[in-house]
Amino acid sequence: MGELKLMKGNEAIAEAAIREGADGYFGYPITPQSEVMEYLMMERPEQRTGMVVLQAESELAAINMVYGAAAAGKKIITSSSSPGISLYQEGISYIAGAELPCVIANVVRGGPGLGTIQPSQADYFQSVKGGGHGDYRLYTLAPASVQEMADFVELGFEMAYKYRNPVMILSDGMIGQMMEKVELKDQKPRWSEAQIKDLNGGWAAIGKPESRERNIITSLDLDSHKQEEHNWKLQAKYRQMEEEDVRYETLNTDDAEYLMVAYGSSARIAQKSMAVARAKGIKVGLLRPITLYPFPVKILKELAPQLKGILSVEMSAGQMIEDVKLAVECKVKVEHFGRYGGVIHSPEEVLEALEQKIIGG
Amino acid sequence: MDIKDIVKEENLVYKKTPLMTDKVLSYCPGCGHGTAHRIVMEVLEELGAQEQTIGIAPVGCSVLAYEFMNIDMIQAAHGRAPAVATGVKRCYPEKYVFTYQGDGDLAAIGTAETIHACNRGENITIIFINNGIYGMTGGQMAPTTLDGMKTSTSPYGRDLHTMGNPLKITELVAQLPGTYFVTRQAVHTPAAVRKAKKAVRKAFDLQKENKGLTFVEIVSNCNSGWKMSPTKANQWMVENMFPFYPMGDIKVDGVILDKN
Repeated sequence: MGELKLMKGNEAIAEAAIREGADGYFGYPITPQSEVMEYLMMERPEQRTGMVVLQAESELAAINMVYGAAAAGKKIITSSSSPGISLYQEGISYIAGAELPCVIANVVRGGPGLGTIQPSQADYFQSVKGGGHGDYRLYTLAPASVQEMADFVELGFEMAYKYRNPVMILSDGMIGQMMEKVELKDQKPRWSEAQIKDLNGGWAAIGKPESRERNIITSLDLDSHKQEEHNWKLQAKYRQMEEEDVRYETLNTDDAEYLMVAYGSSARIAQKSMAVARAKGIKVGLLRPITLYPFPVKILKELAPQLKGILSVEMSAGQMIEDVKLAVECKVKVEHFGRYGGVIHSPEEVLEALEQKIIGG
Repeated sequence: MDIKDIVKEENLVYKKTPLMTDKVLSYCPGCGHGTAHRIVMEVLEELGAQEQTIGIAPVGCSVLAYEFMNIDMIQAAHGRAPAVATGVKRCYPEKYVFTYQGDGDLAAIGTAETIHACNRGENITIIFINNGIYGMTGGQMAPTTLDGMKTSTSPYGRDLHTMGNPLKITELVAQLPGTYFVTRQAVHTPAAVRKAKKAVRKAFDLQKENKGLTFVEIVSNCNSGWKMSPTKANQWMVENMFPFYPMGDIKVDGVILDKN
């Protein structure tokens, strides 16, 4: 068993990044995730592992530092929150276009605009539908606990390097700020220069030896036919993600007549609502998507025939519900419930919505 | 006499550096970019630094610099090259890292990244090509466009009252404690090319010594954007650009030179 600690979600990301053997973190302070960089700076990772931590002058600079270091084959992580992630979008589009692996954590707060500093899940669209310009996808992981904040750093890097694609850890202010018990993995060594050459030397800009062609990191191709071919390659990667790396959790779905679909904090709340409903004799189950992209479409299709209705529970005005509806192809009634703008729904409110919108409706 | 009798090893007085590729330059005939590329690559060849160098290409005319420079390169988003270079250099402090940027990239959209990379004293070299215009997009006004200078977005000449003043970004970054060597050069004559190359060499040598950020501005022409012949453009540059952007070192060994 690994070391047990009581930590904030934000601190868990930071500690997990050091233990994962990440080479660098570049970021810019923003509530409710500033603890990530504060923790890293306090921990002196340059002494613990040689990891670089730098506070950039802006989110624009931070994401481009990530782009540069990832382009040079290094294992790089960053974090921000909604308004900052909006500023990241240009860079994320370039990172996706140039096929660079990295992990980006978004500790979501309410919006739009400067919004609020309270938790929200209103960045779903931004994370899974694009966000920046062009046809690209982020492999998006939704942690529902502090433990998963830590675990998804390792999983995130695994996926980032499997697909040479940016990975988004889409959490929220609640997961980032709350403290829970977390089991930490043992320290992994950082990649040596030889390992980087071995693993990433085929594409990374690390200095051209005589023996190989130049490694160029770019998302530009002025020949539109070549750019289309490049896009086909990206799309093939996304199809592969959809085939091989969908992740989700189901609870009480075997006999379920009703289903709640919820991720992250909302899944924790819906779990409580489900327990109360079950005690009242309501046969309701829970599907918790762990990957928001790729979305767990197959399991929803499989469950659809046994269901009388689905409630999409999210701290937004209804974003994930679109993917739920697409998955069941409108064969089952799907309704949305959620508080938003920084307000967190209670288990009672969720149960009431289930009873009124799905069971009674 | 046959040409083969002349083209012999012993008669060789000059050859293209292998650090430039054989790709035909996409720059307009008469443009200074090609020469600027060449001297940077010649310096890296002299340093034997091909395997130790990572270059950052900007957005602008030199967006395709990576097609001509025979080294590993990263193409950056518009203005973000100093941030990209920071990310690389922080992870590879022993390697040569440089950006190659135009005036719009460096002194307009990327001003924050430029200032802060300079202020942090990142051990990188910035090669800054200043031709007072946006060449690639078709000759729009740049932050360095001179007073009264005509461009496609200042068709009646730059009006300082409504369009702001030309920005002496090089003098500005020289004020920051993180810059160690700041100089302004040109590549319009053989003598200027030799001086510019010396400055570039010095910039990379100082980078190796981790002295801080080294910044080489090259005032250049844009004969297409300025709508002049190459010769006329060079002449116009000497007469109009040089008085406002005077040639020579601005900061040496971390000390701003007293011009009086």
